[in-house]
Parts: sequence; structure tokens; C-alpha cells
Amino acid sequence: MTLLSLSAIGKTFANGTRALDHLDLDIAGGEFVSLLGPSGCGKSTALRIIAGLERADQGKLTWGASKPDIGFVFQDPTLMPWANVFDNVFLPLRLKGVARAEAQPKIEAALARVGLADFAQHMPRELSGGMKMRASIARALVMQPKLLLMDEPFAALDEITRHRLNRDLLSLQAELGMTVIFVTHSVYESAFLSSRICVFAPRPGRIVETIHVAAPTARTEEFRLSGPYLEACAKASRALEAAMEGA
Amino acid sequence: MSLTRLLPLVVFLGLLGAWEALVHVQSIPAYVLPAPSLILTTLREDWALLSASLWVTLRITALALALATGIGVALAILFAQWTWLERSFFPLAVILQVTPIIAIAPLLLIYLDAETAVLACAFLVAFFPILSNTALGLSSTDHHLRDLFDLYGASGWQQMRLLRLPSALPYFLGGLRIAGGLALIGAIAAEIAAGASGQGAGLAYRIVEAGYRLNIPRMFAALALISVAGIAIWLVLDFVNRALLGKWHDSARQRS
Repeated sequence: MTLLSLSAIGKTFANGTRALDHLDLDIAGGEFVSLLGPSGCGKSTALRIIAGLERADQGKLTWGASKPDIGFVFQDPTLMPWANVFDNVFLPLRLKGVARAEAQPKIEAALARVGLADFAQHMPRELSGGMKMRASIARALVMQPKLLLMDEPFAALDEITRHRLNRDLLSLQAELGMTVIFVTHSVYESAFLSSRICVFAPRPGRIVETIHVAAPTARTEEFRLSGPYLEACAKASRALEAAMEGA
Repeated sequence: MSLTRLLPLVVFLGLLGAWEALVHVQSIPAYVLPAPSLILTTLREDWALLSASLWVTLRITALALALATGIGVALAILFAQWTWLERSFFPLAVILQVTPIIAIAPLLLIYLDAETAVLACAFLVAFFPILSNTALGLSSTDHHLRDLFDLYGASGWQQMRLLRLPSALPYFLGGLRIAGGLALIGAIAAEIAAGASGQGAGLAYRIVEAGYRLNIPRMFAALALISVAGIAIWLVLDFVNRALLGKWHDSARQRS
């Protein structure tokens, strides 16, 4: 069942930069879709249009049954440095007018899901980069969103932390049944995580190839050695190179 | 206590010792340059008079700082909410800031009683750093956090209370520390103007009055109290800064 549909989306910024041109994309509920492309190709802009943080100049964004609750994870953890982890995760509920006592079980559950149950009272500066990102994911999950938008969330992390968070993200998606749209410029990350990879051409951004990853979504580290993973990597790399050459 | 921490005290005491020795060796009369020991004696003997004046100056400085904080922060919030308001009124604040307070003080003394005029002068110099720093802080919020608040449908007031004001706190406290010193300077400048017109009761008035009477040791004693008051204000505001930012802001963390 279609969750959202972008048709012929175009976006030009005030400085004249044409970020998106005729972007067409349908997302079904429960999918894990990666938007893969070089930096500056408009994939983050597409994500922001879906989140409602930008408006498209052309085209149409339509929602399936109704617009679902959305969680957003930025490239930086974007935590409020003056608030502890608990209060950071509490933020979306607080803005909706939920009382602290009522929110507490949900916050504790979200923190437990990302492995930060013992760090609720810590300040962001006391956390490592990976833990900050986990707190950011917990904040996005606390509203139990049906759609999770992630804008290169693991780009600044070391390889080992990144792999661990990749696995945890797949577990969370399986557990919560969310749809995830994941922006990345890493071929390997997109192949490991996605059920579908949409390869973007450089500016103006548009999808030039869609790659389906033929593997169940429950994936372990062994998946990185499997045929479907390597095949997806090869296809995505070729598509990306072709898109860059055609630019 | 480490040697590095003791060094400023050693240097200060050394300078006082050199000053004391110079006065005695050169037999400099007290009406030209009183020795530190004589200033200390004057402080003790004139304590009733000088402490009453110190209280007047400190009370005016604190009141001016409180008014500057309240009005400066309130205006900064209004400016942040409505940019047309900022465009309309910020130039006026700049004009007040760039006009030397010593030139405004005699005028204020014509329209207001001495104490109110001194208070107005201290307020005027303390107000601008708080207004400009807080306004800068309110407009320097992390844009990703603003996006996040937009995404979750935060109202303007929620954004202000939960995001923009906490973000602006380090900027505001920076402005407050500048304003603390300036409020004292403004009060002193206005008291000197008031003292010249034969009014006032603050420490600067005591300096002017003692100058007329060639009571140089008392001038120095009053000056020493002003310095101590300035240092005390700075220490209090530094403590407030560390208490509010120590847990999360780098500026306070590096010092702690």
C-alpha cells in the first residue's frame, strides 16, 4: 500500500540553484528506501520536502491514507546541549503537550531500544558520537512514527559504530514496522540497509536508477559477504558512476 | 594553592610594597601621593562615610543592571519575534550607546533628581550589551534544531521558551558580564557629574568632594572601594555564568 507519492517534484532555491527536477518516487508502507547520490544532488532536499520542512515549486506530494507521524534524524545528532538525554528524547512529546509523568514510560522504552537506558540523566557532551546519534534516534522513535526520515545520520561516525548502528536500525525497523527513507552517499550502507536503492543524478536531482535488493530485511553482518549484497553494491556503484559521468 | 594561582597576589603585594617604599624613601607628601598604609588607615577611619557611599553606588549599580537586564532581554525577545520592530528601534539603541554618557549626564541632572539621573546613566550604558548580545543569541539558534521544532509543530512561544532562550543564554551572560562593569562605570561617571554640581552621595561624589578639600588619601580610599566593587561584581557574574553554563557550555567548562 502506497504511503507517499512524489510526482514531478521540482525545487529551485532563492539563489537560483535547481535542486530537484521531475522527481518521481512512490514509497510503500514498511519499505526501507535509500536515496543514494553524491553530495549536493538534492536528496536531502527531497527528504525535507517529504518532512514538510521545504515546499516544492513544482509537482505534488500525496499521502496514502493520511499523513503519518514522522520522525526525523539529521546528519548531526542535533541534541539540545543544555538538556539531558531524557529531556532531549522528551522534546517531541512535550511539544505535543504530553505531561512528563505520562511520557516517562515511552521515553524509557525509546532509550532502552537504542541501548541508552542507563544514560537518561547524562548531558549530551558526556556521550560519544555514536551514543549521541542513538539519543537522536530515540527522540525520533519516541512518537512511534510510521515514517522515519534519516539524512546521512551515520556519515560522521567511525566504521565500527556505523556498522553497529546499521544493524540496530534494521532491528528497530523490523520491531516497529516503520517505513524508512534513508539518505546516504555510501553505496555499501545503502546496499546493507535497503529493500530499494534510488540512485540520484547530480544537480538538478532526479532518480536515474532504482535497484531492488533481493534479500530479506532481517540482516546480520554475514549479509555483507552474500551474493545479493555484493550484487546490489556493484549495481549501485555502476549506476552512481553512470549518473556522475552523465552530469 | 599552586604557584601560578599565587602569582597575581605576589605581584600585587610587591607593587604595593614598592609604592609604600617609594613614598617613604622620597618623603612624598600625602597630598601628592599617600602611601598604601595611609589609604588603609583612611579607609578604617572614614569607614562610616565611605561605606554609606559604597552602598549608594552599589545599590544604583545593581538596580541599573536589573533594569537593563529586564528591559534588554524583553526588547531582544520582541525584536526576535518581530523584525520590523528591531529595524525601527535598534538604531535608537545604537544612538544611545555611542553617545558618551559623560555628555548625557549633565542634561539628565537638569530634568531628574541626582539619584534618578545617576540610575538612568548607569542603565543606559548597561542596557546595550545585554540587548545586542541577547538579540544575537536569539537569532543564532541551530537551524537543525529549529527544523526539528517546526517538524513537531512547536508554537512560536514553545520555540522561544524551549529553544531560542536557552540557546541565547551564553550570549546573554556574556553581555551581562560586560554590562556589570559598565553599570558601575556609568554610575561613577554620572556621580562625578552630579558631584560637580554639588549633589550626590555615592563613592564618586566622595572622590570629587575629597578633591575639593585636598583630602587625597580619602580620594584613594574611595577609588580602592570602587575597584573592589568592580571586582566583586565581576566575580558574582562569573559565578552566575559558571553556575548556569557549567554543565553544558564549553566557555564555562574550560574554566571549571
